[in-house]
Amino acid sequence: MSRVAAFVFRRKGGKGWHWTDIVTWVWLVGGLFIMFGPAVWLVGSSLKTPAALAEFPPTILPYVTQKVSVEGFDKPFDLYEVTLDDGSKATLAEVRRIGIVSQMVDPKAPGEIIKVNIAQRTPVREMSFATENYTEPFTHFDFFRYLWNSVFVTVVATLITLVVNSMAAFALSKYEFRGRTAAMLVILATLMVPLSVIMVPLYSIVSALGLFNSLWGVILPTVATPTGVFILRQYMLTIPDELVDAARMDKASEWQIYWRIILPLTAPALAVLAIFSVVWRWNDFLWPLIVLSRKELYTLQVGLSIYSGELNVQWHFILAMTVVTMIPVVLVFIFLQRFITTGIAGTGLK
Amino acid sequence: MGHIKLTNVAKSFGNVDVLHGIDLEIGDGEFVVFVGPSGCGKSTLLRIIAGLEKPTGGELAIDGAVVNNVPAADRGLAMVFQSYALYPHMSVRQNLAFGLENTRMPKPEIRERIAEAARMLEIEPYLDRRPGQLSGGQRQRVAIGRAIVRRPVAFLLDEPLSNLDAELRGSTRAELAALHARLSATMIYVTHDQIEAMTLADRIVVLRAGRIEQVGTPLELYNAPANRFVAGFIGSPHMNFLEGTVETNGPGKTVATLAGGHRLEVPLDNAGIANGAKVTVGVRPHHISIGGEQGLPATIRLVEALGSETVLHADVSGQKVLVVAPGQHDLAPGADVRLSLSAAPLHMFNEKGLRLGHAV
Amino acid sequence: MTIDGSGKTGPRVGEIAMAPVRFAMGLVDAPLRKLQKVAGLGGMATFFLLPNMLIFGIFVLLPFFINFAYSMTGGSALFLSDRSFVGVDQYARLFDCSNYLDPNSCAEDTFWTAVGNTGWFVVLQVTLMIAFSLVTALILNRDLKARSFWRAMFFFPVLLSPVVVGLIWKWILQRQGLLNFGLYGFGFDPYAWLNDRTWSFAAAVAVSIWAHMGFYTLILLAGLQAIPKDLYEAAEMDGTRSMRVFMRITLPLLMPNLLVVIVLVLIRAVQIFDEVYVLTGGGPGTSTLFLTQYIYETGFATQLRNPGLAAAASILMGVVLVVLTLVQLGLGRSSDKNGGRK
Repeated sequence: MSRVAAFVFRRKGGKGWHWTDIVTWVWLVGGLFIMFGPAVWLVGSSLKTPAALAEFPPTILPYVTQKVSVEGFDKPFDLYEVTLDDGSKATLAEVRRIGIVSQMVDPKAPGEIIKVNIAQRTPVREMSFATENYTEPFTHFDFFRYLWNSVFVTVVATLITLVVNSMAAFALSKYEFRGRTAAMLVILATLMVPLSVIMVPLYSIVSALGLFNSLWGVILPTVATPTGVFILRQYMLTIPDELVDAARMDKASEWQIYWRIILPLTAPALAVLAIFSVVWRWNDFLWPLIVLSRKELYTLQVGLSIYSGELNVQWHFILAMTVVTMIPVVLVFIFLQRFITTGIAGTGLK
Repeated sequence: MGHIKLTNVAKSFGNVDVLHGIDLEIGDGEFVVFVGPSGCGKSTLLRIIAGLEKPTGGELAIDGAVVNNVPAADRGLAMVFQSYALYPHMSVRQNLAFGLENTRMPKPEIRERIAEAARMLEIEPYLDRRPGQLSGGQRQRVAIGRAIVRRPVAFLLDEPLSNLDAELRGSTRAELAALHARLSATMIYVTHDQIEAMTLADRIVVLRAGRIEQVGTPLELYNAPANRFVAGFIGSPHMNFLEGTVETNGPGKTVATLAGGHRLEVPLDNAGIANGAKVTVGVRPHHISIGGEQGLPATIRLVEALGSETVLHADVSGQKVLVVAPGQHDLAPGADVRLSLSAAPLHMFNEKGLRLGHAV
Repeated sequence: MTIDGSGKTGPRVGEIAMAPVRFAMGLVDAPLRKLQKVAGLGGMATFFLLPNMLIFGIFVLLPFFINFAYSMTGGSALFLSDRSFVGVDQYARLFDCSNYLDPNSCAEDTFWTAVGNTGWFVVLQVTLMIAFSLVTALILNRDLKARSFWRAMFFFPVLLSPVVVGLIWKWILQRQGLLNFGLYGFGFDPYAWLNDRTWSFAAAVAVSIWAHMGFYTLILLAGLQAIPKDLYEAAEMDGTRSMRVFMRITLPLLMPNLLVVIVLVLIRAVQIFDEVYVLTGGGPGTSTLFLTQYIYETGFATQLRNPGLAAAASILMGVVLVVLTLVQLGLGRSSDKNGGRK
């Protein structure tokens, strides 16, 4: 214990508690709850039955009232812990409730009906995971369809992004040609044109190309990312030009130089871009919302937001689907977090 | 095979002229070294020959055919880069094979050529390693090997030894000379190190500010530098220069008066220079001896005893003179000595730095 | 894996990933060699640049330019050719107010409500975002055990999708939610926070800070770690007090990063949409209606859609963003940092 305490209460310099030490610990421990808490609560809630979700105050863990089937009755009844009038305790099943009086039977001796004031009974609860929250959306809704759409958009958009951006970055880093600066400026200038500014005309262009209500209409406008070109170009600039010269002397064609020399050497930057592209495309919301109006084309994000905006929100399904939507990003976070954070610190991109 | 001719080759980047009309002919099997200070255009010249840069003027011919518009890949040349430019993601073997695969050479022949080059350069144990796992010297051999397997018309080497430490540089230099003897291929070698130039070259091309200063064998350049720049660049330590004026200008003998009033007799024939003109007299540190009564009076400022020889930094009436005297000398800074130039080959340069015609 | 690629893993990972692609790439080589013969090196540069430029041109530059044309037309037709030219009417409509301080006096009152909301949002969110991420960065820059864990913890929500963020908090802030559960323990009655005009706005600010704070913390932390340690050692030798060290050493040296972060936060705050849209849908009423949602709904979602009006509004927003981005690029140049967008 004392070791743990020594670790927890370790202080900088060991000169006694400075107010900044206290702030630090409050901030970090508070952060632990605020940053992870909501997601944990979401996962916990997603395993509760609709009845448990409607309860207030809610329970931390998913509890349901234990059911028991009683001889002579078709339906199983809720089981209660009851304090009888004589002060003794019994575990009884509730057959029906009239006002504040509950009619109960002993499951072991189902013959006799016992009337109990509802204030004298507390439900017998057991932990139960409502896994049907997860399985039902797959069968009853188009959830599987949405999942597939999201995966398709993410994978295809990322592949095209990598190829197209790396080709452009190669041209902009390893060739001297007229208009290179202009091309670079055009690409940088597009940083100033976010989707929210051009969504109206972009919609008409996508429609004119016949891409409205098509996953390609979601994919294509996103693949020529200025940031992608930018980080790949910055990385390629660090590859010595002498390698390109050497390859030219080695009779390599320009295409070969691109894919046999430059691409393999740009792998770390490509990996960063790939991860970012996956996260961006998986999370995209506004543009798919505009382009996709047919239900069977929704991505997860669009489907989720549409369902959660309905009048009778089926929270138990929404929560479970949210968890599923979150899973790939959480996996990316767990395994590639260090990679991403260094990438951001190095390039300032998001 | 391997005959390269440059006619009035010029290069400019924007408004900056890097090369001004270079004329040069390199014979088959010749080892030519381009030497000069950094920024003199020697690397640009090599890259123009390689086809990596386009000349802005003039003509370049390989074996009689003008190649100005032939891409680098099709000139049949191989290049060894200063940084070696080995493909870091490929093994040594793949590095050697890459260029051959691009010519669609049959696999068995590729294997054979790699084996031969590896044997020649003693890099067989490293064939499956990556460049990152090799030492500088080993990488250098791989870079040369990559050129050898191509069996090029000519080898272009861009400061290939500058990334090696001093000891390795010496031994690799000797190996390069042996390699040239063995392959008897044309080699064009760029360096800023005049020792490399002297030891390796059949002919040296001295460049300065985009112009050729002199072309000749190492000893021609050493013994008869065309101008003050070449004289100062070739030879180590570099030549001493003493400022003076022409006193008498006779056939076979010109007398110059130095700053301190001392007279120097230079065996010059038909110098074509007026009496009273300002000149510079050049003498190499190894050719000065100390002692005697007749020489220039000098004060020793610094003594560097190297054991086999002693380097003396002397002051001759305000002008610095370096002397390399064989053996060991018991001299201390501040000592007054006499420097004898009577046995030394003396060079005289006019005000423009051009060397004046010699009697010998 | 290393970012700089000096490690051996980088290329090797790349090689494995490349393996299936190799064959296809090899097939492309022969025709491209012919192209190279004809086009030369300059032509090949164009070839490599072309796909990207084409996509840029069609999906970014073209819409950017025809947006101006859109803003000069009226009606609800989608394609420009079907739309009637109305000159600056759309702009006139947006600015048609009897009192600019009161949105209700304007013809397009929702626009001005959105502008007002966005303005307040930007002021509050940017201030608090900078404060929170700066404090967090300073704390993470201390000599902490398991620093990379703590850093990751604050970064975690950054990767979550706005929809997920919106839903998580909608769930927490609802009547039977976690927040009310917590307050219940202190004797408060459950309250429907998102049905309250003030609280839903506060929730929009708080949730967007929660979701993006980790990103800015990371940039600021990188800036803090770039400050040479010997400066602090020198200050310690001089016996400088810690507040003074912060004001005279940390803050000035962090300033380039801080300025970039401020502008980045500003640019993103002006465009706020996704998570708030899922969280509140703009409501209750129009209390959390922001500019992007106004443009989206005017252009697409309402029955009486008016793309011209939406285009005019988006151009006004674009002007603000261009100014901010130019400021950022200027700052970025002086501090050698580069900021991007999705």
